[in-house]
Amino acid sequence: MSFVIGSGLTAFGRHADLTTLDLMSRATDLALTDAGLERGDIDGLVCGYSTTLPHLMLSTVFAEHYGLSPNYAHAVQLGGATGFALVMLAHHLISSGAAKRVLVVAGENRMSGQSRDSAIQVLAQVGHPIYEVPLGPTIPAYYGLVASRYMYEFGNTEVDFAELAVLMRRNAGRHEGAHFRKTISVDDVMASRAISTPLKMLDCCSVSDGGCAFVISAKPEGPNPVRISGAAQRHNAQHVSASLSLTDCHAGECANQALAMAGRSLHDIEYAAIYDSFTITLTMLLEEIGLAPRGRAGQLARDGHFDVDGVVPLNLHGGLLSYGHCGVAGAMAHLAETHLQMTGRAGTRQAKQAGVSLLHGDGGVLSSHVSLVMEKL
Amino acid sequence: MNDLEPTPPINTISAGDPLAACSWTEGGSSLIFQSCKACQHHWYFQRNFCPACGQTEPIQSVSGGTGIVHASTLLQRAPNDEFRAIAPYCIVLVDVLEGFRVMGHGDAKLFIGDSVRCEVRQIAGRSLPFFTRNSS
Repeated sequence: MSFVIGSGLTAFGRHADLTTLDLMSRATDLALTDAGLERGDIDGLVCGYSTTLPHLMLSTVFAEHYGLSPNYAHAVQLGGATGFALVMLAHHLISSGAAKRVLVVAGENRMSGQSRDSAIQVLAQVGHPIYEVPLGPTIPAYYGLVASRYMYEFGNTEVDFAELAVLMRRNAGRHEGAHFRKTISVDDVMASRAISTPLKMLDCCSVSDGGCAFVISAKPEGPNPVRISGAAQRHNAQHVSASLSLTDCHAGECANQALAMAGRSLHDIEYAAIYDSFTITLTMLLEEIGLAPRGRAGQLARDGHFDVDGVVPLNLHGGLLSYGHCGVAGAMAHLAETHLQMTGRAGTRQAKQAGVSLLHGDGGVLSSHVSLVMEKL
Repeated sequence: MNDLEPTPPINTISAGDPLAACSWTEGGSSLIFQSCKACQHHWYFQRNFCPACGQTEPIQSVSGGTGIVHASTLLQRAPNDEFRAIAPYCIVLVDVLEGFRVMGHGDAKLFIGDSVRCEVRQIAGRSLPFFTRNSS
């Protein structure tokens, strides 16, 4: 049994004067304040990685910097799936008795700390160093390949993808911390610059600076606890060339396993936080998990199904597509928003009901998956 | 691979064969794959054991290079100057007849389901697999 008792999320965008450690520290300040705790109350620390601060021991580098002396420290690397994998790890550390209060933290100046070319090249290294990277692909190209096959098999159109970008931007408009808040239309997405067909600029998440942190506890303490009731992972072939299927990434099985652990079904889900590095990512995860029928995620978005007052509100902070993406903390922002929604503190973005939430993250090219189920007490 | 499908002829490389060094990944002109005599698994990324059953003496073979386009994307935003010089370019995933999947460059007019064949071309200063529509 474990509980999210505090969350902290910085604004995403350009923080030219802040380093990885600064952003991790700011997010930790916010999460500790939210939980009503101080540094000394933390006995476990799990963190992600930073492409602008590559280090063999980032967890203890941060512990020293921030002034923590944890009994357990661990840095995890699972690409975009890292954030939720950290929460799953914290959950198991607490369940096993290895720690009582675990700080989960990530931050990165991914936008300001390197050139755009450098960021794009570092990320493209998830491709195979001999059989893929020498061909000059990019992350959007890998996802463009997936999107081409997905459209071929299930009939989704570029307009369907665009609907999800429009929805994420509308949500971000209600959050002052979001990197991109100006409303966009389907036409804007369709007219945006070609990146790698069928993906255009507005189908792709940005590169941002930012940080996010949580405190996970063995007890439902403090003013804002919510329970972690299910957690599961699933890992496929790392490389897209070795993937058995481009259109079945086992996200559905992963989510079902987390739901079964929680004793829940998809029908119980009142709020969804789903990884959205590209519009195809969000489409595929929604449809494979079963939150939308195959081929229909865009249509449901157009019909208001995922709106703040819809059947299943989705990524109400604006997601990676519009709140922004700074690496590991990017997906963690989905959970920070979920925590606010579940504790009724999301202000103008507040969903009517968010008592049972499903979160799903992926890393690589839909190769690594983590699902979480969280419940209001 | 389905047992009912005809197995194409395979050019097996024996020890000392000059073909062994001619994979496109080493500047050569062949598409090389491996297979397992114990479990019949075929795969692309070289290693000295079968990833399906662990058998330690994989067979190395040269692919005929024909296959079907499984996915394709036209990349406009290239990762660096070398590739910006040739952008836009098409990246494809091809299911090769011998039973493995290959990422390559391809004709911009290729569609999913097209029958294609592979040749190794000089692209951005290096030898890379390039797929064109199979006219036969």
